[in-house]
Amino acid sequence: MHENPVHASGFPDPRFPGLRRRGFLAAAGGAAGLGALALTGCTGSTRDAADGGGKPRRGGKLRAAFAGGGASETLDPHLANLFADAARAKALFDKLADFGADLAAEPRLAASWEPNAALDRWTVRLRKATFHDGKPVTARDVLYSFRRIADPKKTFRAKASLEPLDLKASRAVDERTVEFALKRPTAEFPNLLAAFGAYIVPDGATDFDTEPVGSGPFRFVSFTPGRSAVFRRNDDYWDGAPHLEQLEFLVANEESARVNSLLGGQVEYAHELAPTTARAYEGKGQIEIIRLRNSAMQAFAMKTDRPPFDDKRVREAFFLLADRKELVNGALSGAGEVGNDLFGKGYEYYADGLPQREQDLDRARHLLKKAGADGLRVTLDTSAVAAGFTESAAIFRDQAAKAGVRVKVAMGSKDSYWQDTLESGTLCSYRSGAMPIESHISQRLLSGSTTNATQWKHKDFDALYQQAQSTRDKKDRAAVYARMQRRLYAEGGFLVWGFADWILGTARTVRGVAHRAPANTLDWARFDKVWLA
Amino acid sequence: MNGAWSWPVRRLLLGAGQTAAVVLLVFALTEALPGDAAVALAGDQPDPARIAAIRETLHLDRPAHERLAAWAAGLLHGDLGTSLTSGRPVSSYLADGFGPTLLLAALTLLLLVPLAGGLGVLAARQEGRLADRLISSVTLGVYAVPEFAFGVLLVTVFALRLDWLPPTAVGYGDELLAHPAALVLPVVVLLSRPVCSLARLVRAGMIEALASPYVAQARRYGIPGARIRYAHALPNALAPAAQQLARTVDWLLCGVIVVEALFVIPGLGTVLMNAVAERDVPVIQGLAVVFGCTAVVLNLAVDLVTYRLVPRTGVAA
Repeated sequence: MHENPVHASGFPDPRFPGLRRRGFLAAAGGAAGLGALALTGCTGSTRDAADGGGKPRRGGKLRAAFAGGGASETLDPHLANLFADAARAKALFDKLADFGADLAAEPRLAASWEPNAALDRWTVRLRKATFHDGKPVTARDVLYSFRRIADPKKTFRAKASLEPLDLKASRAVDERTVEFALKRPTAEFPNLLAAFGAYIVPDGATDFDTEPVGSGPFRFVSFTPGRSAVFRRNDDYWDGAPHLEQLEFLVANEESARVNSLLGGQVEYAHELAPTTARAYEGKGQIEIIRLRNSAMQAFAMKTDRPPFDDKRVREAFFLLADRKELVNGALSGAGEVGNDLFGKGYEYYADGLPQREQDLDRARHLLKKAGADGLRVTLDTSAVAAGFTESAAIFRDQAAKAGVRVKVAMGSKDSYWQDTLESGTLCSYRSGAMPIESHISQRLLSGSTTNATQWKHKDFDALYQQAQSTRDKKDRAAVYARMQRRLYAEGGFLVWGFADWILGTARTVRGVAHRAPANTLDWARFDKVWLA
Repeated sequence: MNGAWSWPVRRLLLGAGQTAAVVLLVFALTEALPGDAAVALAGDQPDPARIAAIRETLHLDRPAHERLAAWAAGLLHGDLGTSLTSGRPVSSYLADGFGPTLLLAALTLLLLVPLAGGLGVLAARQEGRLADRLISSVTLGVYAVPEFAFGVLLVTVFALRLDWLPPTAVGYGDELLAHPAALVLPVVVLLSRPVCSLARLVRAGMIEALASPYVAQARRYGIPGARIRYAHALPNALAPAAQQLARTVDWLLCGVIVVEALFVIPGLGTVLMNAVAERDVPVIQGLAVVFGCTAVVLNLAVDLVTYRLVPRTGVAA
């Protein structure tokens, strides 16, 4: 498998940061060509040697196959719900900020952001950018977009993320300056600007399916829901015109269909491939396999407010029952890394100084005995709703049995699983896509969090979160996050056993695809920096 | 004459009743499924407030009978309603999905009838000899292979290994006819099972008919063999095959989900799959009406054809 040097060094070691995209982005400005060059330099240097250099070439059409939502797909960027929606929205529209590979917010349409002393008023200055119809992107457009998302009568996805904003009190200072008022101090305000689905649309826009106008790198050509969306290069893009002349998104829901169309040369980019597919084609020279590390957290969620998991000794025992390597190998076919019971491995503020948790059945038995939980029986709720769920449940059942814990695996409905397991049950399979650690905490671990699957409700923990949000200095803030994570590591409800790779396939001619970009970050599914050799 | 007409009318009324029953059943079953469109839309962000808001926006908070009544009232005006997830009219979903499915069904049918008929007659004429044994064992074997496996096999060999045909029809959704090569494998997969079942039915019917007293009588009159086979025996052999054919057409039209998914053909099957996953009830209902009507009309047509081919069976129907 390793005789081809391309793949041996195709992706940078995740522990070695290498060339950070952040640095290049800050410096790039309009020099997109240079930036893309730098990117190739860090991701696939040997690959390009075989093809005579990695100089971006202009032109060509790239066809990308995604799993889609069928005939109900829309180009309304605020309705984006699926990966295909997000990728299309990213091509046509911009956000004020977006997430880097470490999930820290990077400026996009916003050139800068500056808080007041109390951190509850932020001034955002927009860069000079134009919509596809030639009109400039102004503060009015920004306020319109955010007000549309936050409309109480609508249910746009980013609504919850924008909750801290007081949009009534926010105002446009001038053409390119917005002053956002917030309901409370929010040190991590830039995360709001980068939230999933927080795209900027022109003031007053409501129809997006016939002729959407954005400020993104590609312009609209045609769209048939559930089939295809064709876009063409926006030569006036503020971040430099894309190399590709045209970009077509195609929908193929079956993984086998996406692989086959890639192998058959019908598409040049296939999103979301299975680990077994990756193994079959990796290093064979037919197609390129790209693994985006740290894209999906894999966990079991214990409800910390009810027996047996209301005893923190039982939770710790469960942490010790898991053989993480076996889970990653078995449930993810090896396509991933072991977890350490904390969300966000490799992200900004991640507490990576804590010792890696290992299986320790003796200590687990001892802890259970002390908690009076000998011969414990628990039901583990799972479902085929995400890859690896049922497999990991079965593996964990066998691991727990070695310490005398009888785990009964219960299969739930695929379509209502997330809602079913939010409040009920005691132990369930859990997964999460990439998001900043701050968002993970605010959405899932505060007393008032809307999706608190572990029922983790602690006043002092909430207070720590508020403290972090009112802390201006980044180092001090990191210290608070570290404290919160130490607590979660010791007695939290998430048994995070792994982080799955997100796997893409591309034709051999495709260049400039970022390798260090967890799904949902800026460089993931980003086609303005890609070219065809 | 009057009696001959009242039978189709009775059949039609029965069919309308059946369609209504199908729709009611589908509605009841979708209601019984866990979760609704709001839950499906919320996905892995099941924020209770957001689910409640979606429910209200989509009017899912209204009782089931009210929603059914509103939908039925719209149906009487020819309005199939609007999708819960996209807000587009259901009729546009059907229109989009109908083209590819109809094309596949028509092509399959066009090849199916002569192929299955020819194989069946050939096997019957060669009864017990090599050709018959070969046809029988091959048809039995192919029939036993699930479509998905057969499709994967064909794609691997003819598209990926030999590179003769495109592996999928991805991106050709609107102009499938402009890429005929992409249709070959889907049609072969669609043909595989019906050809087998039909050929075997034709063979059995033909053998039985050829052994019947009236064929023996026709032989005694000295009527040429070909005429006996095709004008006298074949119609009798076709009656059971026609019933099977109706079921096949039904199956083809109602969207062959496996084939559409495997080859990325955005037909009615794909529409149905997505609608069920999203709990998009109006779309599911719209499809149920269309499928129900198709089944009723097809079966009616087949009964009429059977009646024409073998008048005696009409008495039983």
